[in-house]
Amino acid sequence: MNVLLGIGGSGDSFRALEKTITRAQEAGDTLTVAILENPDSEPNPEELVERARTALAEAGLDPDVRTLDGHAGSQLVDFAESEGYELIVLGGGETSPLGKVQLGSIAEFVLLNATVSVTLVR
Amino acid sequence: MSRIYPDEVAGPYDPPPHAFTDKADREISIRRFEDTEALVEMYLAFDPEDRAQGIPPTTEDEIRDWLDTVVSDGGVNVVAWHGGDIVGHATLVPDFDNEETTLDEFELAIFVVAAYQESGIGSQLITALLGAGREAGIDRVWLTVERWNHAAVELYEKVGFEPSDTGNFELEMGARLR
Repeated sequence: MNVLLGIGGSGDSFRALEKTITRAQEAGDTLTVAILENPDSEPNPEELVERARTALAEAGLDPDVRTLDGHAGSQLVDFAESEGYELIVLGGGETSPLGKVQLGSIAEFVLLNATVSVTLVR
Repeated sequence: MSRIYPDEVAGPYDPPPHAFTDKADREISIRRFEDTEALVEMYLAFDPEDRAQGIPPTTEDEIRDWLDTVVSDGGVNVVAWHGGDIVGHATLVPDFDNEETTLDEFELAIFVVAAYQESGIGSQLITALLGAGREAGIDRVWLTVERWNHAAVELYEKVGFEPSDTGNFELEMGARLR
C-alpha cells in the first residue's frame, strides 16, 4: 500500500513514525513521510527531516521525506490526493494530565477533509 | 502553551463535607476522597457509554493505574456517597510543563454513575471540589469537554468556567478560584 505519514514534531507524531515504520516493514508498504508545519510543536522542520530520514534508513526503507509548507492539514490532504496515496497516517493525539485524549488540530482537519482513509496511531 | 482564564472569580464554593437529598430523594453525602477500593468499584461499574475522551479506562488494571495518577499527591479529590457506594467523583489534577515542572494550573474532571445523573449530584460535587481546591490554594483550573455534552457545558458555565479555546473538537474552558 502507498502510505503517507504526516509528522509535525509533537510527541504523538514521533510515536506514529516509529509504529508506521514497523508496520511498513511487516506489510511491505511504500512509505513517504511528510514534514508538516505544526504551530503547537517545537522542533524545526530541518530537524524533523533529519530524524525521519534516519529512522527510515535504519529500518532499511527508502528515505522518502517531503516537506510541506503552509497549512499542515490541507497541504497533507492535497498531497495525498494528487500523488495517489491510499492511506494517510497521523499521530492519534496527546493525553492531558488526567489522561484525556486530545486530538491535534492537524488530525481534526485531515479526518474531516480527506477523501482517502486515515489512520490515527495510538 | 498558555491558556486564557476569565477575570471574574468562579463560584459558588462549598467545601466538603456536606450532605443533601438529591432529586430522586436519595441521601447523598459529599466528602473528601479516602477510599481507593470504593472508587475502583465505582469505575468498574461505570457505563462505557459515559466515557469521555478515553477516560475512565475499562479494565481493572487500567482503572487502578489511572487512579494512581488521578489521586496522586498535589491534587484534590471529592466523592459523592450513597449508602456504602461512591456514585460520583470530581478531581483536580496538577498540570506539568514539558520539563516536568508543576504549573499552577489544574485539570478538572467529574464523573457520575449513570443511575445518579441528572439528580443534582454533579453540581454539588463541582461546588465542593472548587471549595476544596480554593482551600488548597489552587487558582487556575481548566478542563476540556465534548461540544455535544450540553449538560456538562451548562454545569461548568454555571460555576464560572468560560470557553478558552474554541478551535478544536473538544471545548476547552477555564476558571479562576481566587
